[in-house]
Amino acid sequence: MTYLRKFLNKALLISSSFVAVTLYANEKTDYNMPVGVTEVSTKIFDLHMLIFWICVVIGIIVFSIMFWSLWKYRKSKGAVAADFDDNFWLEVGWTVAATLVLVYMAVPSTQVMVEAYDDAEGEINILVTGHQWKWHYQYLEDDVGFFSNLSTSQEQIDGDMPKGEFYLREVDEPLVIPINTRVRFLITGNDVIHSWWVPDFAVKQDAVPGFINTAWTNVPEPGIFRGACTELCGIKHAFMPVVVRAVEQEEFDAFIAEKVALVEAERMLTSKVWTKEELMERGESFYATNCSACHQANGKGIPPVFPALEGSQIALNDTDRHIEILMEGVQGSAMAAFGNMYSEVDIASVITYTRQAWSNGENGDGVIVTPKDIVDYKNKIDL
Amino acid sequence: MSTIVETHDHGHHGPAKGLTRWLFTTNHKDIGTLYLWFSFIMLFIGGGMAMVIRAELFQPGLQIVQPEFFNQMTTNHGLIMVFGVIMPAFVGLANWMLPMQIGAPDMALPRLNNLSFWLLPMAFGILISTLFMPEGGPNFGWTFYAPLSTTYAPSTVNFFIFSVHIMGVSSILGSINIITTIFNMRAPGMTLMKMPLFVWSWLITAYLLIAVMPVLAGVVTMMLMDINFGTSFFNAAGGGDPVLFQHVFWFFGHPEVYIMILPAFGIVSHIIETFSRKPIFGYSSMVYAMASIAILSFVVWAHHMFTVGMPLAGQLFFMYSTMLIAIPTGVKVFNWVATMFKGSISFETPMLFSIAFVALFTIGGFSGLMLAIVPADFQYHDTYFVVAHFHYVLVPGALFGIIAGAYYWLPKWTGNMYDEFLGKLHFWLTFISVNVTFFPMHFVGLAGMPRRYPDYALQFADFNALISVGAFMFGLTQLLFLFIVIKSIRTGKKAKPEVWEGAGDLGLEWTLSSPPPYHSFTVQPQVK
Repeated sequence: MTYLRKFLNKALLISSSFVAVTLYANEKTDYNMPVGVTEVSTKIFDLHMLIFWICVVIGIIVFSIMFWSLWKYRKSKGAVAADFDDNFWLEVGWTVAATLVLVYMAVPSTQVMVEAYDDAEGEINILVTGHQWKWHYQYLEDDVGFFSNLSTSQEQIDGDMPKGEFYLREVDEPLVIPINTRVRFLITGNDVIHSWWVPDFAVKQDAVPGFINTAWTNVPEPGIFRGACTELCGIKHAFMPVVVRAVEQEEFDAFIAEKVALVEAERMLTSKVWTKEELMERGESFYATNCSACHQANGKGIPPVFPALEGSQIALNDTDRHIEILMEGVQGSAMAAFGNMYSEVDIASVITYTRQAWSNGENGDGVIVTPKDIVDYKNKIDL
Repeated sequence: MSTIVETHDHGHHGPAKGLTRWLFTTNHKDIGTLYLWFSFIMLFIGGGMAMVIRAELFQPGLQIVQPEFFNQMTTNHGLIMVFGVIMPAFVGLANWMLPMQIGAPDMALPRLNNLSFWLLPMAFGILISTLFMPEGGPNFGWTFYAPLSTTYAPSTVNFFIFSVHIMGVSSILGSINIITTIFNMRAPGMTLMKMPLFVWSWLITAYLLIAVMPVLAGVVTMMLMDINFGTSFFNAAGGGDPVLFQHVFWFFGHPEVYIMILPAFGIVSHIIETFSRKPIFGYSSMVYAMASIAILSFVVWAHHMFTVGMPLAGQLFFMYSTMLIAIPTGVKVFNWVATMFKGSISFETPMLFSIAFVALFTIGGFSGLMLAIVPADFQYHDTYFVVAHFHYVLVPGALFGIIAGAYYWLPKWTGNMYDEFLGKLHFWLTFISVNVTFFPMHFVGLAGMPRRYPDYALQFADFNALISVGAFMFGLTQLLFLFIVIKSIRTGKKAKPEVWEGAGDLGLEWTLSSPPPYHSFTVQPQVK
C-alpha cells in the first residue's frame, strides 16, 4: 500500500533528521549545554553527554524494534496476528535490564553531585541578593557592595534602536572575582524568589527571601561570563541578567581598593551642602536606574499596580510620608524599603527629583530634601 | 408502611428536550459529552494564549504584548491546559466509557456527576474573568510560587484561589463517583484483574486525585490566609518559609502530572491491541506498572526543586526515587512494543496517534530521566529544556492519548465513522508541527534560555522563530480536528457495533450498538 510506504519513509526521514540535528547540536555549543570553564562545569557537561548518549542508544534499540515490527507485521502485507501474550521471564528480564542501566547512571551522577555540593567557607565570600529586578553583590571581607542593573536601553527592547551584541546580557556593573580562588556565594532574596545562574560555572541557586543558600566556584581563567535570573520574579524577570568578570588577583585587589575609596567618598558626600541642581542631577540618574521600571520614566506608573508619582498627593504635599515610603517601603506592595540599600545622598536626591520632575514642581510645594533630612529621619527612628 | 407504586415507564426514558437536557442531565453520556466539549473549548482558549506567547517570542524585543500581560498569558495557558483541558477531557472519556466498559447502565452517583461538571464552567469563568479586571489576572506562573503569588500578587489572586478551590471540589467529587462506580457496578464475572486497562488507569488516577487535591486546596488556603488574614505561612519576615510553599505545592503537583498521563496509558493500550489485532502483552505487569508509578509519584516531588537549597542527602534521595520511575515507565513502553510485535497491524488514525504517543512520550521520558540527574539539572532547571520535556509528555503524551481516544470511540459515540482521510491529514500535520514546535526547545534550553521570558538574547532568535512557526501550524491544525468531529456527528458512514475489525472481543463497549442506548447496559452482561 502506497500510504504505508509513505508513512515509513516519513518516519525514517523524521527520525534521521532528529539524529542529524542532535549530532549537529553536539558539535555546536550554541545549541548544547556549555562546557563551561570550571572543573565542576566540565564534569557536569560530561555527565550530561553520558546520560544523553545512553538515552540515544536505548531510543535507537526500542524505536528500531517498534518501527521494524510496524513494517514487518503490517496487515496490508497479509500479516496474521500471533496468539501470544505475556512472558514472565521476558518481563523480569527487561525490568532488571532497566534497573542496571539506571544504576550505571546513578554512580557517576552521585560522584559529581557530591563534588558540586560543598558549602565550606571560601577564600572570598560574596553575598548575592536578588531584588526586583537587579542583583546586589556584597563583598563580605571588605564590606563593600553595589547593585548590578541591566544596561541594555529601553529603546533596544522596544525596537527603536538596533539591538547590540549583548542584548539583555549586559549590566552596568558586573560582579568581579579573582581567578584561581575559591569563591563562595551566599545567595538570598530581598522580595520574591529569584535564581542566580551562571552557566559557565554550572552554578544555579535560588535566592529565597529569609534564607541563605550557598554555591561556590573556582574559575581558572580570566573572562566575562554571562548568566540570567531563572526563577519567575515579576514583570522584569527577563531583564536582570548576571554578568561576572573573572580577573587576575592584582586587578581584583585594585577593584576592591577603588570600591572602598568610593564608599568613603560617599560618606563624605552626606555632610556636604547640596544645591537643588546637584540633587536633581543625581536624582534623575538614580530614578532612571532604580525607579523607572515600575513608576515609568514619565512618572505615570502602571496603575493600579504601580502608582503614578506625577500628581501624587504624597509627592506634591507630604514630604514626611514621602521620606517614610522611601526608607521603609510599603507593606504588601512591590515598593521595597530603600533605606538600608542606598546612601542618604541617593535617597534625598531621588525624593527631591520626584518632587520637582514632570509637573510636580509646578503643582506641589517643591520642598527640597537634603541628605541631612534623611540622617535626621534615621536618628528619629533610632530613638 | 406504605408501598410506592411504580407508575413510571422505564422503557421510554430518553433525553429531555432543549437546554434543560444539558443543565439537569444525570446521564453519563450527556455529562461525558459536556466534559469533552468543555475541554475542547478550553483547548482553543488556552491554545490562543499559547499563540500570543509564541507571537511575542517570534523575535527578540517586545513587539506585541508587555511583560505584565505576557506573564498572565503563560500563567493562564498553564492553568487552563492542566485543569481545563487535559483533566476534564479524561473525566469526559471516563464518563462515556467506564459504564460501557464495565457493563453498567450509568455512573453510580449521577446527580453528583452533574454537579462535578457544572462546577467547572463556574471555576473557569471566575479564573478567566480576572483577565478583564483592572489589575489583570494571575501573573505568577501556573506553579504560583509564594511570595510572588501572595505579598506581591495582584488582588485578583483571591479569585484565582476561589477558582482553584472549585476545580478541586469538582475533581474530588468526580473521583468519588468513578471509584464507587468501578467497585460497585462491574458486570458479574469482571474481577479486578479482568478490568479493561482504561478502567484500571482511571481507578488509580481517581485515588491519586482524592489524595492530592486536598493538598492543593490546603496550599491555596494558606495563601488566602497570608494575603488576607495576616498569617505568615510563606512570609519569611513573619517567621514563615517560602520554600514550604513549593514542598506542599509539588506534593500535589507531582502526582498531578501522573493524573494527566495514566488515563492516556489506558487508552493507548486499548488502541494498540485493537489495531495490532493481538491482546496486550503483559496485562498484569501493565497494571502493576501503573500502580507503581502512582505510588512512586508521592516520593519524588522535590525533584522540581533541586536548586532551592536542599541538603545533599535530600538531593540524592529525590534523584534516586525519580530515576526509579523510569523502570515501570520503561516496562509500559516495552509492553506496547511487544504487543505490536508479531501482530497484524493497520494504521487507522487512532493507531497513528498511539504510535506517535509511544515514540514521543518516550522522548519526553528520556528528557525526564536527564532532568532527574541533580548535577545536570542545575543547568537544565527552569530553562526551555524543561519546557520541552513537559510539553513532550503533555502534548504528544496526554493530548495525543485524548485525541487517539476520541478517534477510537467517536464512531461508537456518534454512530458515524469519521472521515479517515481527514483524520490522517490531521495526524500528519499535528505530528510534524508538534515536533517543529517542541523539539528545538531542547536546544534553546540547553543553550541557556530561561523559561517564562518575554524577551531573550539574540543567539536564541533563529530557533524561537522556528518554534513559533511550528506552534502556529499546530494551533491551526486543531481547527481541522474540530471540523472532523463536527462532521462525524452530523454525517458519515454508519458504524457497526464493533466498529473496528475484531474489536468485538476486546471489550464490552463494542457489544453495544453504535450509538449506544441511552442507558448503556440495562441488563448486566456476563463476563467469562
